[in-house]
Amino acid sequence: MAKRVGMEVALAVAEAVGQCNIDMAAVYPITPQSHIGEHLSDLVADGKIDAEFVTVESEHSAISAIIGASGTGARVYTATSSQGLMLMHEILPIASAMRLPLVMGIANRAVSGPLNILNDHSDIMPQRDCGWISLFVENGQEAIDLSIQAFKIAEHKEVNLPVCVNIDGFQLTHMVEPVEFPDQELVDKFLPARVPFATLHPSKPVTMGAFSMADYFTEIMKAKDEALKNSKKTILAVWAEWAKMFGRTYKPVETYKAEGAEILLLTMGSMSETAELAIDELRAKGLAVGLVKLRLWRPFPFAEIKEVLLSAKKVLVTDRAVSFGGPGGPVCSEIKAALYNEKDRPTIYNCIIGLGGRDVTVADFASMIKKVAEEEANKNADTYEFWGVRE
Amino acid sequence: MIEVRWHGRGGQGAVTSVELLAQAAIGVGKYAQGFPSFGPERRGAPVAAFSRIDDKKIKVRSGIYQPDVVIVLDSSLIGLVNVTEGLKPDGILIVNTTKSPKDVKKELNFSGIVATVDGTGIARKEMGVPIANTTMIGALIKMTGFMGLDDLKESVEHRFGRIAQKNLTAMKRAYEEIKSSN
Repeated sequence: MAKRVGMEVALAVAEAVGQCNIDMAAVYPITPQSHIGEHLSDLVADGKIDAEFVTVESEHSAISAIIGASGTGARVYTATSSQGLMLMHEILPIASAMRLPLVMGIANRAVSGPLNILNDHSDIMPQRDCGWISLFVENGQEAIDLSIQAFKIAEHKEVNLPVCVNIDGFQLTHMVEPVEFPDQELVDKFLPARVPFATLHPSKPVTMGAFSMADYFTEIMKAKDEALKNSKKTILAVWAEWAKMFGRTYKPVETYKAEGAEILLLTMGSMSETAELAIDELRAKGLAVGLVKLRLWRPFPFAEIKEVLLSAKKVLVTDRAVSFGGPGGPVCSEIKAALYNEKDRPTIYNCIIGLGGRDVTVADFASMIKKVAEEEANKNADTYEFWGVRE
Repeated sequence: MIEVRWHGRGGQGAVTSVELLAQAAIGVGKYAQGFPSFGPERRGAPVAAFSRIDDKKIKVRSGIYQPDVVIVLDSSLIGLVNVTEGLKPDGILIVNTTKSPKDVKKELNFSGIVATVDGTGIARKEMGVPIANTTMIGALIKMTGFMGLDDLKESVEHRFGRIAQKNLTAMKRAYEEIKSSN
């Protein structure tokens, strides 16, 4: 059994990536991601991991560099945040179309403007349709576990897609908390060397990232969609293997005291455990409430979401980003889409919370739920609220 | 659970203190969090850092608004920053100062326990630097008793190597010399 140690989560993520026998990493610094890249570069410089650390002049170069390296068959990693992720944006769909198993840690941070360095999910949401597998963690241990699992998922022969692990900036990255590292021997067993389906090599030329006009483009897009949807099978298999080897269980949609709940709160990321405390408080007062935690953002787990939400009368979806001029938050949009064809679906409410580092306390979650409890259920309720906004 | 807020100035090591404390607590089987006040920090400007320590898993990740203990690493912050803000009425205020607990208690009109120690004097003597962040951990341990002074040894040695013993001596002195109003 591994020993629990106190470590800043960003450093722990770098250590975990260092356990994955990576060949190459390219990271450009940006708050609150920087400690991941700095520590990874230390590990390489100190000879603790045998990899190339490429210092690049921008995030656009970081992602481009790891695409090139991945094309040669290397196991690669990058990490970024906010504006850095926005700068990578144009390359992200290329990586998934090329079916390259990149792994990226994202220290989620608000996107400018105004300039803000604190946590929300407005950086990952614009990347939603780039064809990446997208996972969320709620504590340091999960950040370690999923950073390791990400390589296995990405490189699986039936997946071959890039994976991003969303780790809330500051709330997680800058927190010293208890974590345990899996034994290196077990990690090596869990994560064997990458077997690429093709590699760039001067003596055996292949084309990667080819040009395609109307004759094949639609087919390639469909193939990407199918690949992303099919990746769920592998994700589930990898999580089952992880549970067996390391004793920690992961699911696309996880629940807390959701059984028999009339009202379900839905969260994604680091606020989930704080929300659990609000559920405890309200359950103690006799309210039938529970929590649903979304771990797998892409591919979106439609079946699992239906399974847990349909028994409730009301669902309160929290979002950490805004789809401006749209239906509210992007998570809520997806939840509504998942349930639309169901005859007996719950009323769905949407709160936009925790933007740009705005704190959300146990009392906030309890008030949000109580407010929803008092409203008359109405399936056509199509509203969203900026929680705690001053007007 | 015990919640602690640290006040210092950028560069005085408040963040190092919360890291050390969390690592030490976790090292002896407890659960802990240590985190800075999130956002930009500048050398010399007032900063805060936070600790949570418990015997069971800590779930809450929101800020600390009603701490059980406040530690002031730099007494020049008193009057500049409202150091007792949200501090529980029966909480503990620990100040690095040459003043008596009675004088500080009167100055701040605080109902709870006030404890003072000349942390800077100790740090200067034992380590040759006027930085009292590790020294004041000794004061915190004495006033709260949630773990022993020896429990810090491993983390301090890991962090400071050759100069660990000086830090431990300074901590021990603060532990022994702190005076309390009650």
